[in-house]
Amino acid sequence: MDIAPAIDRQLAGRIAAVLDTVPDPEIPVVSVTELGIVRGIVADEGSGAVTVRITPTYTGCPATQVIERSVREALDAAGFREVALETVLSPPWSTDMIDEAGREKLRAYGIAPPPKGAAARSLRGRDVVECPRCGSADTVEVSRFGSTPCKALWRCRNCAEPFDRFKCH
Amino acid sequence: MNDLLFQYLLRLGDDSLILGQRLCEWCGHAPTIEVDLSLSNLALDLIGQATLFLGYAGEVESGGRDADALAFHRDAEDFRNCLLVEQPNGDFARTMARQFLFSSYQLALLDRLCSSADGRIAEIAAKAVKEVRYHADLAADWVVRLGDGTAESRGRMIEGLDDCWRFLDDLFAMDDGERALAAAGIAADKAALRPLVQGRVEQVLRQATLSMPGLPWQVTGGRTGRHSEHLSRLLAEMQVLPRAHPGARW
Ligand SMILES: [Zn+2]
Repeated sequence: MDIAPAIDRQLAGRIAAVLDTVPDPEIPVVSVTELGIVRGIVADEGSGAVTVRITPTYTGCPATQVIERSVREALDAAGFREVALETVLSPPWSTDMIDEAGREKLRAYGIAPPPKGAAARSLRGRDVVECPRCGSADTVEVSRFGSTPCKALWRCRNCAEPFDRFKCH
Repeated sequence: MNDLLFQYLLRLGDDSLILGQRLCEWCGHAPTIEVDLSLSNLALDLIGQATLFLGYAGEVESGGRDADALAFHRDAEDFRNCLLVEQPNGDFARTMARQFLFSSYQLALLDRLCSSADGRIAEIAAKAVKEVRYHADLAADWVVRLGDGTAESRGRMIEGLDDCWRFLDDLFAMDDGERALAAAGIAADKAALRPLVQGRVEQVLRQATLSMPGLPWQVTGGRTGRHSEHLSRLLAEMQVLPRAHPGARW
């Protein structure tokens, strides 16, 4: 997350702390910050007006509107009614924006996180995916499209369990 | 220039909207649950793109119409999508043949639009191209699987491709307005895209052990609002609720 230099560090820290408590509606174990959806906290140089910038994961992701609403409600509840919310498309969200804490939480929740830097690699490149339950690398893709736009469906040949994998994007 | 840009954004947005709506018809009817989920995911991506392009179109028009107004309160002759996307789903092979052609085209188009002189178009394209790469991959996989499959699946894929081949000229059609936008670096030059798309299509068909169909008699007119009767039926279903209850929210 970028925090613009013009903004008061303490204020930005308090806003960031509020955003840290907003869960992703579809994968509630990770916060919107950990998923990399919060793009920045900026302040207008002249007026000092503060804006939180967020970005959608997928253009048609139905969670996007829910996320906007939850962020708005969390800011309001914490007394940040005057803080504006802005949706930005650029640079486009990629799985590389999920931070380390987010990756660990995804794994613990049973979703194989995407490896770092994978967003740039070819889709057809067959990289090793570890089963989030037993850690085996003997896994196979069942379907590239899963229960939500961001996930693919995989199966472990060692423990025979199906699992979700966060798609490289 | 503003009206040309508005028309161009309608073309981009309507392609995605109409194909997204068509794919929604598969929900609950696809051959397997995985395919069902895949098609719904594609539909969602496409409708997301449509929201962005039509939203921008509404701003450019500055007539107070937003993406929803443009999607739900225009009649068939005001739609600017290509004829290919409004064609009925047919069987699964035909749907995949249509998807393969369209996604191959859209991938090359968006790739080019990532460097459009219009910053907003470039931004939307950069976002959407990542999703469309998945669509093109999925469709190509099915073209190969069905084409190089059983006699039955192969026959159906050949029929599906033959059926779509009538709409290729329409897919790449450009008028003077779009050429002016392309000269200004805003739109993509579709004539230059065509050989790229054709190369990609040929490559996948070879993998599917299928030969490239010859170009049959071509039907055009989608970009100027001359559509097949299929579009009206699709719109009737898509628009019935917002038209019966204007302004309804939930
Ligand atoms: Zn396992």
